[in-house]
Amino acid sequence: MLRMLLRRMFLGATTVVIVSMIIFAGVEMLPGDACTAFLEREAQGKLLENCREAQGLNRPAVERYIDWASSAVRGDLGISANGQKSIAELVGDRLANSLLLAACSLALGVPLAIFLGVVTGLWRDRPVDLILSTLTIFAMTIPEFVSATVLILVFSVWLGWLPGIVLTSASAPAAEFFPEIMLPVLVLTMVMTAHILRMVRSSVIEVMAGDYIQMATLKGVPYWRIVFRHALPNALLPAINVVALTIAWLLGGVVVIEVVFNYPGLGRMMIDAISDRDLPVVQAIALIVATVYVCVNLSADILTMIANPRLRTLHMRRG
Amino acid sequence: MSAPLIEIRDISVGFTGKSGATLPVLRNIDLTVKAGESIGIVGESGSGKSTLALAAMGYLKRGLRLLEGSVAFQGQDMFARTRTELEKIRGGELALIPQNSGQSLTPTLRIGAQLIEALRLHSDVPQAEFSAKAIELLGQVRLPDPAAIMTRFPHELSGGQQQRAAIAMALAGEPTALLLDEPTTGLDVTTQAHILELLRDIARNRDMAMVYVSHDLGAIARVCDRVVVMYAGEVVLDGSTRQVLKAPVHPYARGLLASIPRLSDPRLPVALDGRPPAPGGAGQGCSFVDRCALAQEQCRSRRPVLERLPSGESVRCFRHEHAEDLSLTGSGAIPAKLDSDAVPALRLDDVAIRYNRPRLLDKLLGRDSASVATVDGIEITVAKGETLGLVGESGSGKSTILKAVAGLLPPSDGRITVAGGEALAPEVEQRSPDHLRRIQLIFQNPDDSLNPRQTIAQILEQPLKLYFGLSGDALHQRSAEILERVRLGAHYLDRLPSQLSGGEKQRVAIARAFAADPDLVLCDEVTSALDVSVQAAVLDLLNDLKSTQGTTYVFVSHDLAVVRALSDRVAVLYQGRLCELGPSADVYATPSHPYTEVLLGAVLEPDPDTAPTLSADDVVELSPPVRGCPFQRRCPRKIGPICDTDAPPWRYRADGHGIRCHHTIEDLETVQRKDVAERCA
Ligand SMILES: Nc1ncnc2c1ncn2[C@@H]1O[C@H](COP(=O)(O)OP(=O)(O)OP(=O)(O)O)[C@@H](O)[C@H]1O
Ligand code: SF4
Ligand code: SF4
Ligand SMILES: [Mg+2]
Repeated sequence: MLRMLLRRMFLGATTVVIVSMIIFAGVEMLPGDACTAFLEREAQGKLLENCREAQGLNRPAVERYIDWASSAVRGDLGISANGQKSIAELVGDRLANSLLLAACSLALGVPLAIFLGVVTGLWRDRPVDLILSTLTIFAMTIPEFVSATVLILVFSVWLGWLPGIVLTSASAPAAEFFPEIMLPVLVLTMVMTAHILRMVRSSVIEVMAGDYIQMATLKGVPYWRIVFRHALPNALLPAINVVALTIAWLLGGVVVIEVVFNYPGLGRMMIDAISDRDLPVVQAIALIVATVYVCVNLSADILTMIANPRLRTLHMRRG
Repeated sequence: MSAPLIEIRDISVGFTGKSGATLPVLRNIDLTVKAGESIGIVGESGSGKSTLALAAMGYLKRGLRLLEGSVAFQGQDMFARTRTELEKIRGGELALIPQNSGQSLTPTLRIGAQLIEALRLHSDVPQAEFSAKAIELLGQVRLPDPAAIMTRFPHELSGGQQQRAAIAMALAGEPTALLLDEPTTGLDVTTQAHILELLRDIARNRDMAMVYVSHDLGAIARVCDRVVVMYAGEVVLDGSTRQVLKAPVHPYARGLLASIPRLSDPRLPVALDGRPPAPGGAGQGCSFVDRCALAQEQCRSRRPVLERLPSGESVRCFRHEHAEDLSLTGSGAIPAKLDSDAVPALRLDDVAIRYNRPRLLDKLLGRDSASVATVDGIEITVAKGETLGLVGESGSGKSTILKAVAGLLPPSDGRITVAGGEALAPEVEQRSPDHLRRIQLIFQNPDDSLNPRQTIAQILEQPLKLYFGLSGDALHQRSAEILERVRLGAHYLDRLPSQLSGGEKQRVAIARAFAADPDLVLCDEVTSALDVSVQAAVLDLLNDLKSTQGTTYVFVSHDLAVVRALSDRVAVLYQGRLCELGPSADVYATPSHPYTEVLLGAVLEPDPDTAPTLSADDVVELSPPVRGCPFQRRCPRKIGPICDTDAPPWRYRADGHGIRCHHTIEDLETVQRKDVAERCA
């Protein structure tokens, strides 16, 4: 088990390293660099040469990669090309904001999705299931910006209950984002609940049709006890991985929502940095997102292993 | 006469088919079970046995509906009870041991937790004594180290242990009636025999009624007073065990009995041709009419009723008086014996196989990872055209040896050679195409070995293209020819495996192996997943191919009677070590190696007048001892310390029959004969 853990961690770390190389190489291959972006029209001759000298851009790529990577490990992500500010600071605020958004959506969405998934699974083909399943399809197929716009229209324009756009500055403390954050959270919750619900539903249906549930029924175990003790611990195991994927998505992939609501999160920063050709920031964000992705999936695998006795012994025997 | 405990009155159960029509799975079944009575329900797969057993608990699988009739337990209708009432009865007064207990135990709950749950729900044992009582129950079903078993998860037990745990759970509520759905199918002969003895004892001591569902007539003969034979959802025969197994008056029951291979009969069993109608597929006449040798005109137009005979049994057949004309036992073919011209087709030279290879770390540190080889010292020669049977309990290394010959598992020691003394490369990747072609493997379960998305034609064409470079018409013609050889028509070529029955799928798997025109065919439990009647047909086919093609087989099975029916020579394996090797008639007769003796003693014959001979504390082991005789810990004839320390020598008789034991063959013969004489007296 311990060996297994160490192995997975090692693999995760390797993945991050490889991804960082790809990011670095990708940015390297783009035409232009931080200096051409910063100097814009004046990027030529002596000025460009000096800038490159100052930024250390003339050194060989491998050397610069090692430099970049080793300072990233220490938490130093370099200096942004245009603002000359520390990226760690800039990104830190945005990361905190993204985390806030993700945490709120998860806190609302995961319990709701699991609850509804179990309900639809247990009452399969009954009215509750049919209604909820239809809604799920809607939530999954309507593009996020459409549902976001509709919600803004209803809740802020017509009803005037919630602000439709985030005006708080990126570096403000978490508390100040309320109630502005409510609508983006709502949209994200909708999408994410739909995905998790569908997965939980099919998993519950599969488990409830299994031999051991039939056996428990024929052993005279009361229905709700069957559901909670025999079915759910097995049916919810696959949910761990789906939730992990959702977390990764929430932290790196909700650009559209952030743009629609003007929310100062990582995704928007990435878009801004790309349009500004602020390559160091792009690199830093890509690296952070990749790391989050790997960490979240790693923890999901470990959790599944702990929760699933079959995997547990399998790995104990092997290692 | 006591009131019936379970009373099933004229029930029919069905489901709605794709066309919208209601298709019956059970048709007008009547069954009464009295207190303390044990009833066997037999029939082919799909005949509705499980459905009937579950219906007795007021339970139907999803999609099935009760069409008519009623089921009463202790006088009250099970389908009319409330959920709470059912919860109280199920697992309490009326308990079930499910088919396939491995999947019937909740994977995330420990055995102890599941057992205690049953106690909490259905017994008046005080909470403080749950654990003690649970351990007692596990001990009662003869599980070794019950306290440790309590903390295990289901997947950490072997199949036999899971089965026993399921039995313990069913006994927790002290049931007055126990329903058993194939409780011993797939278990070793020894484990099966022990579990059946246990159930018999418990039933007798507690006056518990049993409904025993099985397709294994040997097991039924051992535990049941009465037998009900089902066919296509109907009861076709219902009588005392003796009547049904010794002189059945229904043609189907006779066919079923004749298709069982017997230890005492070297002939092949007789196959029952055809297959039962699908639900809703039985016409207005007798459902058995297409397979019945006695069928007449009236059988097609009218459905026979279940008629009670003066002798006590009930039978559904117009012509039951003539049933006795049908033979009951092996009038099947005599197994083909080829003159072995002593050219070896396969030689295993001191072969050893390990699953846990020494770890790199241990090697570097010079540590001796003292693991004992899973299979060791295998020395066998199979002559061309000969069939070698390999028998032994689960875990004895039968499949492991086959895998090594097939190149799926490299041996850690020794040499494997084929005809002409050519050594086989240990791994399949290194073997020449010719070697690959000459050795073919057939697996236990055709569902796993046939690609469900390929048509039969595609499946058969693969080896033909690969080894013979056939194409176009020649390819098609050859596929059809090969299919013909396994007695399937060319119209099967376009079908998918899912459109075939189990027996037909296995024949396709056999056809695929023979498409390569092999010298040596390795058969791994090829009939275990099949019904007896289908098994008989497959055995017959293999025998036929042998006489026409001169193929050499290595035939692995845990069923000793099946091995006997097909093999020229038999090798008995215990924990990966050879115990006995010789011509099959000799191996199955006295004198035997003590382990062979234990195995043969545990075989259940479909005859109520026979009983297995079991030694009292016989527990299956997980790994062989490091020194001495591998069988030392279980041997009923153990001599003494010499068995623990010294590897026993091979002792041979004139005909090449060898036994590996410290006893001399003469000694074994004397004690074994004496024991037989004592049992008879
Ligand atoms: N839920 C279901 N819906 C529709 N048909 C079913 C269902 N369950 C079983 N059947 C059909 O009912 C028939 C009887 O099935 P059942 O499981 O009772 O057979 P069995 O005699 O126990 O077979 P086996 O020996 O393979 O266990 C089969 O034809 C099967 O395909
Ligand atoms: S009724 Fe006719 S077809 Fe049916 S079993 Fe009897 S003889 Fe055979
Ligand atoms: S050598 Fe000893 S332990 Fe082994 S089978 Fe013979 S008598 Fe039994
Ligand atoms: Mg069944």
